[in-house]
Amino acid sequence: MTKEECKQIVLDIIAEIAPDEDLSDVKPDVRLRDQLELDSMDFLDIVMELRKQHGIEVPEDDYPQLATLDSCAEYLTPKFNAVNA
Amino acid sequence: MSGLAAGIRLAQFGRNVLILERHNAPGGLNSFYALAGRKFDVGLHAVTNYVPQGVRTGPLVKICRQLRIGRDELDLCPQHGSRVAFPGEDLRFNNDFALLESEVARVFPRSIDAFRTLVSRIREYDDTHLDESRAPSARTILETALPDRRLREMLLCPLMYYGSARPGDMDFDQFVTLFKAVFLEGFARPFEGVRRIIRVLLQRYREAGGERRMKCGVRSLRVAGGRVSELELDDGRLITADHVISSIGRLETLRLCADRPSAAEDVEAGPLSFAESIAVLDVPPASLGCSETIVFFNDSPSFAYGSPEHDLIDTRSGVICVPNNYAYGDDQDLDEGFFRVTALASYAGWTGLPEERYQAEKRRCYARMQDSAVRFLPGVACEELQAHTRTTDMFTPRTIERFTGHISGAVYGAPDKVRDGRTHLDNLYLCGTDQGFLGIVGAMLSGISMANLHIIRKEG
Repeated sequence: MTKEECKQIVLDIIAEIAPDEDLSDVKPDVRLRDQLELDSMDFLDIVMELRKQHGIEVPEDDYPQLATLDSCAEYLTPKFNAVNA
Repeated sequence: MSGLAAGIRLAQFGRNVLILERHNAPGGLNSFYALAGRKFDVGLHAVTNYVPQGVRTGPLVKICRQLRIGRDELDLCPQHGSRVAFPGEDLRFNNDFALLESEVARVFPRSIDAFRTLVSRIREYDDTHLDESRAPSARTILETALPDRRLREMLLCPLMYYGSARPGDMDFDQFVTLFKAVFLEGFARPFEGVRRIIRVLLQRYREAGGERRMKCGVRSLRVAGGRVSELELDDGRLITADHVISSIGRLETLRLCADRPSAAEDVEAGPLSFAESIAVLDVPPASLGCSETIVFFNDSPSFAYGSPEHDLIDTRSGVICVPNNYAYGDDQDLDEGFFRVTALASYAGWTGLPEERYQAEKRRCYARMQDSAVRFLPGVACEELQAHTRTTDMFTPRTIERFTGHISGAVYGAPDKVRDGRTHLDNLYLCGTDQGFLGIVGAMLSGISMANLHIIRKEG
């Protein structure tokens, strides 16, 4: 999986849990919280959906790794590749 | 309703969830009943916390996201307009906060700056925290923040009526929650009332794989090693569960615990209950002059919020609700007119009556409540209301206790809330009115928060 594909997966999950957010122009290097109305409940759900849909575990200590789309891709792509291997 | 929301959260992340409900109708304190072919909502005057589509913050948005429910599924139609009515003074408000602000400026010109400062403080205040700490008294804080006593009373009246479990006062946390829910956000109602919301929740719960059993109460919680080991059902069957979330109230839950925790003796039962009179009309209420959605009234210099000591009801204050007066859209109108009046009522008084007197007092108090309310509706004549009344209903603290199981008919639960939902047992948590969030949206948020905090976040 490429980092771009990984970002799309994260965006798809956000679209599912926050259908009222406009995701057409999310900047990859800006904190998601600063450009979208996402709170800790939404981040919990991003983690839960990653697990439910893709079998990926994100321990609570690693939640800060999900701050931006870029950091998500950095952190999650190896996990996706490990799961798919 | 809080239990359904918790159930949806857990089921959608793959938990095996079973909801046990003693009653034959779902919804708990936010339920409905049928009488002679008519359906009545139990508690729903208004869904508070209403924000228009497109707003992306606030409790209503949070619960829709967390439960994966579309905003349009709830069919929330905004109110026409409401009012706080005191002798000689009115504060009108609707879902646009600017109206209340201009009303405060009109009626209390010298207090408008203090009011604006208080509002900024409320906007910044985090009222959905789950920390277990005793919140300060709203009255104490308001005494400093708003020097005009009359204004304080007029703000406290609607907010206490819509959720305070404490006589004469409320926790500041709850004041903030309700101020946001009622004034900064607003009122709405689905065309079908609370049934719509319950149906949406039940459908989500089913889709997520949750199970439920109706008319199946829990008789006791067996305890071993500081945990609930088994649940004994009303029919004698035993079931086991890793976690138990109880939405029946704190004291009610503790009394089910077989280890007889000492807290069951120490927790104060909720001292406040209500009576409600409902007139079903053969014309739209607006044609009789009732065009507002909710009117909170009080006829005395200060607002007394407590259980009536020498009477069955307290007619000095109350809440008038006209469910017809929401913008239902597409020219939809309710088939009949409804005129509902809520008043503080004495649990001890109502339950102490022998059956025959109980029925007679219900009729007498119905008339007193309607008469009392009409005083605050200029242009509305009691005789006209009566002439157009097809049928009536009335519920009392006794009715509430009987159908919801809440001790003393205390719809807002015990005065002291348990924000984190913990009990003396490791795997038993509370959600709903005694956890401390308020209203229909608050009930759902309570269930969601407790499922997240104790189960989903901890164990995934």
